[in-house]
Amino acid sequence: MDRTIAIDVNRLCKSYDGHKAVDDLSFQVYAGEIFGLLGPNGAGKSTTLRTLITLLHPTSGSASVLGHDTVREADLVRTLFGYVPQERAIDRFLTGREHLELLGALYHLTKEEAGKRIAELLKLVELEAHADRPAKTYSGGMKRKLDIACGLLPNPKILFLDEPTLGLDVQSRLRIWDYIRMLKARGMTVVMTTNYLDEADQLCDRLAIIDSGKVKTIGSPAELKVALGGDIVSLTIKETARLGSLASALKGQPAIRAVNTTETGLDIRVESAEKALPVILEAANKLECRLDFIDYHRPRLDDVFIAHTGRSLKDAAPAEEHN
Amino acid sequence: MAHYWQEIGALTLRWVRRLSREKFSMLFTLVQPMLFWLIFFGNLFQRAADVQVTQAPNYISFLAAGVVVMTVLNNGLAGGVDLLFDKENGFLERLMSAPIHRSSVILSRFIFVMTITSLQVLVILGIAFLFGVHPATGLAGVAMILLIGMLFGVGLTAISMAMAFSVKSHGDFFSVLGFLSLPMIFLSSALVPLTAMPGWMSVLAQFNPMTWAIDAVRPLILTGWSDALPHVGMAVVVMLIFDALCLYGGAKAFRRAMG
Repeated sequence: MDRTIAIDVNRLCKSYDGHKAVDDLSFQVYAGEIFGLLGPNGAGKSTTLRTLITLLHPTSGSASVLGHDTVREADLVRTLFGYVPQERAIDRFLTGREHLELLGALYHLTKEEAGKRIAELLKLVELEAHADRPAKTYSGGMKRKLDIACGLLPNPKILFLDEPTLGLDVQSRLRIWDYIRMLKARGMTVVMTTNYLDEADQLCDRLAIIDSGKVKTIGSPAELKVALGGDIVSLTIKETARLGSLASALKGQPAIRAVNTTETGLDIRVESAEKALPVILEAANKLECRLDFIDYHRPRLDDVFIAHTGRSLKDAAPAEEHN
Repeated sequence: MAHYWQEIGALTLRWVRRLSREKFSMLFTLVQPMLFWLIFFGNLFQRAADVQVTQAPNYISFLAAGVVVMTVLNNGLAGGVDLLFDKENGFLERLMSAPIHRSSVILSRFIFVMTITSLQVLVILGIAFLFGVHPATGLAGVAMILLIGMLFGVGLTAISMAMAFSVKSHGDFFSVLGFLSLPMIFLSSALVPLTAMPGWMSVLAQFNPMTWAIDAVRPLILTGWSDALPHVGMAVVVMLIFDALCLYGGAKAFRRAMG
């Protein structure tokens, strides 16, 4: 596999009024891979992405795209990537074709070049039949397809996607995932932010889990899960008031690595389920906690997220992204 | 240079397309100053306004200059609204992440607002003509009126864009806009000459660049070149200073917003 570094983010910091949105963040993206920035809203994903597209200047540290610094060589960097912002970045009064024509001129294509490429892209995203209707008549999925066509118009080596499937129905989501896989197959490097675990798991070759402006861990979804080791035992118990005491009774037991309290039970990371289950059951018995449900499974990406951030992505406070 | 024009051309075309798709709102912005100020206000105050005070054959002919400059004011102050929406929905980000000159988006907006304003001023002068207001300085005078309007409009549009780039929400933008517009009109020579104002108001009005623009446009319509030229000269100087200040502030706000 090609291990050329396409994107290098080096000790990036960005503060707003003393608040550190991104705090000493470093990662590298290899050419030809799909790289994900996974984290809750407000984690610093968008700030990182906006630095890469040259629209934010780092407070300290640096970022480079294909070897070019995003501040000193911003003009050059802008010719190298395509950008797909979040879904609303559509001019509702313009038609799909007019969006693409506008961008064609902004990337300095001639009329013929632009016309040819627009026809190809409309075909690719299956919007040919709707190309001449104002975007306000488009469905969410169609807007997203138009967004992607806009991002691909410059025929870039690198594509940045900001929350590509946020708020889409299942069918449109799967369609977008297909496009992204196809782009990778064509040799494009894709960098995307997401706060969907399944999306990161299914789509990304590698991902960085980001929380509070820092990279918590980085690797392929499989690596991250294996690195966690062992199994996850999930309990649901009736006496939720005793969750705290059960958790503390389990912590420090030899077969148990970590205990995380959820709303209705516990997620327990263990060496192996066989060794840990008797310990867990005994402790529950002693505290007279009646088990509603118990299961164990190999670590999932959600467990990786909890292990590194101390909370579930679903529970992470939906703080407002800094714009 | 060819790239620069290609960008500005495409971006300006976008503004034109947006306007043409919003026919209803276009109609209202176009008709509002004529209907409300020139026709209603002008005719309503026809007898209440003292000809000795206004120094004009009738109130409509006095008011015409004011309505022309008011149109420039309102269009200019609203000139940043579309950029505000672009900023809020991320379209601006999409434009600015393309390899374009940093000034293209702003320049396209200036070109668009100035063109629309000039057309609107021409329509207003046309309507005034129907009410018997014939510009004393003829077509050259009309050209001069358009020039003064553009000089004033550049600064106003710059203020509006600076606000669009600085405000936290569009609610703030529209509150400031609403707060600025009417006082600017009342504290100017648009409706009443300075000599007829209460002392403190006429003092404030002298600091209003709008007053200088109106005082130059009015003799171009009412009296003639010999009377108008000193005023026009002063207005051009005042407008250039005004524009320089606004463009400086606008550039700063833009740079801050764009990282």
